[in-house]
Amino acid sequence: MTAQFKQNQQTHGAALLVRIKPRTSALVRFTIDGRPATAHIGDTILTALLLNQAHVRDFEFGGSQRAGFCLMGACQDCWVRLRSGPRVRACTALIEETMAICTEGRAV
Amino acid sequence: MTLPGPPANVRRTRVVIIGAGPAGVTAAATLARHGVTPIVIDEAAKPGGQIYRQPPDGAARPPREIYGFDAAKATRIHGLFKDLQSAAKIDYRSQTLVWNITRNEQRFRLDLLHNGVQATLDADKIILATGAVDRALPFPGWVLPGVFTLGAAQIALKSQGVAIGRRVALIGAGPLLPLLVNQYLAVGIKPVAALDVAPFIAKLRAFGGLAAQPATLLKGAYYTARAAALGCAITSNVRSIRALGDSRVTGLAYATADGKTHEIACDGIAASFGLRSESQLADLAGCRFEFDNASRQWQPLRDRVGRSSVSGVYIAGDGAAIGGADVAELAGEQAALALLDDGGTPTSVERRHTLDRALRRQSRFRRALESAYPFPAHLVANIPDGLIICRCEGITAGQLRDSIARRHPTDVNRLKAFSRLGMGRCQGRMCGHVGAELLAAHAGCGIVEAGRLRAQPPIKPIPLTSALATEVSS
Ligand SMILES: Cc1cc2nc3c(=O)[nH]c(=O)nc-3n(C[C@H](O)[C@H](O)[C@H](O)COP(=O)(O)OP(=O)(O)OC[C@H]3O[C@@H](n4cnc5c(N)ncnc54)[C@H](O)[C@@H]3O)c2cc1C
Ligand code: FES
Repeated sequence: MTAQFKQNQQTHGAALLVRIKPRTSALVRFTIDGRPATAHIGDTILTALLLNQAHVRDFEFGGSQRAGFCLMGACQDCWVRLRSGPRVRACTALIEETMAICTEGRAV
Repeated sequence: MTLPGPPANVRRTRVVIIGAGPAGVTAAATLARHGVTPIVIDEAAKPGGQIYRQPPDGAARPPREIYGFDAAKATRIHGLFKDLQSAAKIDYRSQTLVWNITRNEQRFRLDLLHNGVQATLDADKIILATGAVDRALPFPGWVLPGVFTLGAAQIALKSQGVAIGRRVALIGAGPLLPLLVNQYLAVGIKPVAALDVAPFIAKLRAFGGLAAQPATLLKGAYYTARAAALGCAITSNVRSIRALGDSRVTGLAYATADGKTHEIACDGIAASFGLRSESQLADLAGCRFEFDNASRQWQPLRDRVGRSSVSGVYIAGDGAAIGGADVAELAGEQAALALLDDGGTPTSVERRHTLDRALRRQSRFRRALESAYPFPAHLVANIPDGLIICRCEGITAGQLRDSIARRHPTDVNRLKAFSRLGMGRCQGRMCGHVGAELLAAHAGCGIVEAGRLRAQPPIKPIPLTSALATEVSS
């Protein structure tokens, strides 16, 4: 996992968010565009993504990427698709074990 | 599925409170004390609203760490709500979005979304306690990963125990800025810049009015002084800001009042400029609005005790006008008492007078606060054509100006029809007010004539699949 994590960091940029204190809650394993990653119970999907890389999703109207903005369900700039089908708002939905998150392509 | 209710003649008045922040919680407690069992709906998973937001399970920390000076108040509000719940004095529907309100003869119909399933709920009376969102204003680089609102930078700490970076720049025009500087200092992150776009002189002039709430004034002064003592003095009167970076934020450039420009390296920026009421549901319920010059925003009309212009709809807290948490508590109780009074339930005249006096004192303070932090018109005066105004669809200032010049929209709703501004997922929450500013500047009309974006259901995105399963309870 450590090697994979390092590779994630190299190819996808270091994390955007910083934990202020180690989390003691249980570990959650999930994937970002197929790559394995970890987070903790109590993390939102946005937190889980931005502790692993520097973006939440591709912006569908241009070549850029977005990483949320308001964190309170107002700006809607953080919708992502789950491989299982549903689309979720990353700043208000919690990460779950085995979640497969797609940050590429149009989310909504 | 239809849940049969009792026949109309024996049915009791159904009161629905939307929002479980300080305003909604005190409204619920007041109704419960008078024998009314309200339904309390909130989109969030736990009660508390913005200021007393509770972290999800697994991310809990001691209240003192999360809420600082406000820990005792937060614990009291959470405890009050828990007691109401365990005594079955309220019917709490968490994680439930109200995405539309329609009038249905003498009643109201609410469209709800819970766990991806739609439902409707009929109500006789409604208390709107929907709170506020950060007032965002566009600046170059504001769509880069790593740029957030001030509120977001706080939510990250409170609810997730994460910071928006290691080298963080905080920018604002309101009391949230000194508070946030202190909250970041408290977790060991010293902001690399703390910038206020309001002039310092405005604060000095407002001092007299601010003294109407000595405790709050002192708290604000303490935060500002402590930030300075810890080497993070707030720079006032910042003229322009620009986030730097290609794929994420790497720096901030800003200009100060002396005409100098500065550039610093940073990996996170939080910037927003006061708050805006979440008033879409009031709009859909048919409430009338008026423009408030001091806060430069449209507000639903209400009388001194919280009655809107629509009979049966009451409004309290930041969702009516930005007033802060203490005002929200008082206003929630006051609106609930007005509702009870209107329905013929006796309430304490003395208590109503006490609330009225307290709220009048608060409103003097609020007016002073608004003049201490005037709307930063200079930030919207020189928006370059290439700047994205609509985050949802990437519509630029130039495209908007082009629509205005070619099609002469008479108000911001026409501008929306011509340009799509405000049609995206956020429904204009982040851009509608900016569109009105651009229109007013370009067309040479006043901001009042530029109008306000009318709310459209659904007020937040609802997944298409959720339309398949519909539950009705009336
Ligand atoms: C991000 C942010 C941070 C803030 N931090 C502070 C602070 O630290 N100190 C301070 O004094 N003030 C702060 N404020 C100001 C704050 O808004 C008030 O102090 C206080 O929270 C207002 O209380 P309220 O009950 O009016 O609304 P809120 O506390 O905002 O509660 C409104 C509730 O309504 C719910 N809601 C809204 N619309 C719907 C809907 N359509 N369907 C279902 N539920 C809905 C929301 O989920 C929310 O829980 C902050 C504001 C924001 C936006
Ligand atoms: S970050 Fe704004 S809605 Fe999620």
